[in-house]
Amino acid sequence: MEKIFRNLSLSSASLVFIILLGIFITLFLASKDAINEFGIGFITNPNWNKEVSIDATDKSSQSAQDFSLEDDFLADDEDDMILDEDDAILDEDDMLFDDSIKKTFTDYGALVPIVGTLLTTLIALIFALPIAMGIAVFLAEIAPKNIAAPISVAIELLAAIPSIIFGMWGLYYFAPIVADLVGGYQVSLLTAGLVLGIMILPFMAAITRDSMNTTPDVLKESAYAMGATKFEVIKDIIFPYSKVGIIGSIILALGRALGETMAVAFLIGSIFALPTAINSPTISIPVAMANNFGEASGLGESSLFYLALILFVISFGVISFAKLYFLKGAR
Amino acid sequence: MKKILITALVSTLAATTIYASEIIKGSGASFPYSVYQKWIKAYNKETGIKIDYIKKGSSKGIKDAKARAVDFAGTDKPLSPRALKAAGLYQFPAVVGAITMGYNLPEVKDLKLSRKAIVAIAAGKVKFWDDKVIAEANPNIKLPHKALTFVHRADGSGTTYNFTYFLSKVSKGWRKAYGAKKSLSWPGDQHIGGKTNSGVAALLKQTTYSVGYIDYADAKNNDIKMAAIQNKAGNYIKPTLKSFQIAASKAKLDPKKDFYAIIADPSGADSYPILAATFILVPSEKPQANKDVTKFYRWCYSDGQEIAKDLGFVPLPKSLITKIETYWDAKGIK
Repeated sequence: MEKIFRNLSLSSASLVFIILLGIFITLFLASKDAINEFGIGFITNPNWNKEVSIDATDKSSQSAQDFSLEDDFLADDEDDMILDEDDAILDEDDMLFDDSIKKTFTDYGALVPIVGTLLTTLIALIFALPIAMGIAVFLAEIAPKNIAAPISVAIELLAAIPSIIFGMWGLYYFAPIVADLVGGYQVSLLTAGLVLGIMILPFMAAITRDSMNTTPDVLKESAYAMGATKFEVIKDIIFPYSKVGIIGSIILALGRALGETMAVAFLIGSIFALPTAINSPTISIPVAMANNFGEASGLGESSLFYLALILFVISFGVISFAKLYFLKGAR
Repeated sequence: MKKILITALVSTLAATTIYASEIIKGSGASFPYSVYQKWIKAYNKETGIKIDYIKKGSSKGIKDAKARAVDFAGTDKPLSPRALKAAGLYQFPAVVGAITMGYNLPEVKDLKLSRKAIVAIAAGKVKFWDDKVIAEANPNIKLPHKALTFVHRADGSGTTYNFTYFLSKVSKGWRKAYGAKKSLSWPGDQHIGGKTNSGVAALLKQTTYSVGYIDYADAKNNDIKMAAIQNKAGNYIKPTLKSFQIAASKAKLDPKKDFYAIIADPSGADSYPILAATFILVPSEKPQANKDVTKFYRWCYSDGQEIAKDLGFVPLPKSLITKIETYWDAKGIK
């Protein structure tokens, strides 16, 4: 019996590891075409789904997509069918290949989504961290019980709202307010980051509050007995004591913010361009995947898998860094 | 206890297999998804026949049809007779839809957009609303000197495919540089992307001085102003069901060629130009299953017309329906 129990629990524990490894391997295999094609330069390449001339020496500077509007218009039906990205796969024998098309290839790069992901997460953290701390301190130390209880419930409810609702609310009601205050477009890095901040707020607040509640009363009482004010107790006793919990809450929030798809998809503007200002639209990795996966094929599909692999590595890296560095320091 | 469990299991299995055999399975194009959904629901109410249509995109639909994973597949891009023969598929048109240019200019009504202007806007070459290329077509309107924002779909979609197809038909430069695609990296720096047609509609409504392509139904339902578009004959045509129907009747869909034709930018003085037909593929070796599919579409052509109109789709002209019926007859799938 003991042995069976031990083996059962061991297998459940190793299952997680196997699944993690399996995901990594499938992502790697599916993105192999793109990895072979673009290599590590994928990460620093700002193009996405862009036709680039093959004979151009510098890929980024000379795009095949510049054309003048003059003398551009077709007089009549020169040919009826136009080549599209799928034709190569669908009717190989069937399409008229234009010479000009062969000289270009479609370039994919991940710089824009990576920057977008990191920046939205950063904005969300900057916005949510102070507010979450304020909520937690208020609930744990300042608020009387009959006020703390309803606020706690409200925060937990906020955590339970599905992300699509945040997305729709953000697009229809929150985005115009942000645009009025800051200017620029409704959908932007800032809007996406702020809504993301609201989404991670309850996690951070709830976990921080719980860990603050574990501060032993003896410690607090002795501090008060020494003549410390409430502020001093919070600053010198409660925060140091609950440091581990606060960092844990940040890690959890990071995990959610990095991978959030639906809400951000509605709010970030979804264009493949590096943001020039905080209120300019851009795109994040999960949004790029969600938007383009349905219709992707060939190298495009493989590039999306490459993106997924990068996101996997980023979240893994960020979270393990936070865990190793901060938690070790805290203990 | 064991016995009960086994009976329960067996009966569930039996139930699911019977249930499964009654479902007609389809997949593919997302452009006509809204009208297919409504048709399927209404048809199910009337006949009790269940149809599943999953929007995967045209290219995945074609793959499914070739792999015989579905009973029928929807595609926005027709296959050539040769490709059909090689894959053993039959093809017929299902419905015609139109794409409009919605705009948000508080002080302007009745905006006209020339073919050149649409290409220029999509190519990110128009910075301000009073740009020459727009002003030329609108001598009676005082256009504001405001930055123009182009709104497009962020997710891959048949709407984008059909819009860029139109652009490719109009402009050689566009065809060379971008072609017809379901998603592309839009040029210029004054554009934003909305997720799904409703996302585009929301952005158009909220962003003043914006313009974007959107399907007729979503533009109408959201009270978005739609521009008159210059057609092949040079006339500016407002998007109305009537102008769509005129355009659809000009389409050269020939049963001898398995209806292989893209109908964007039709001829005719009163035809609305940005138009797209969407097609159905069925495997040729399954006449029995195909009969169920054609029965459904016959119902759509007749009883489903009102539903299509409500969603901004254009019912097929009568002459074309007769042609399709003959085609079905000839292939033995009627």
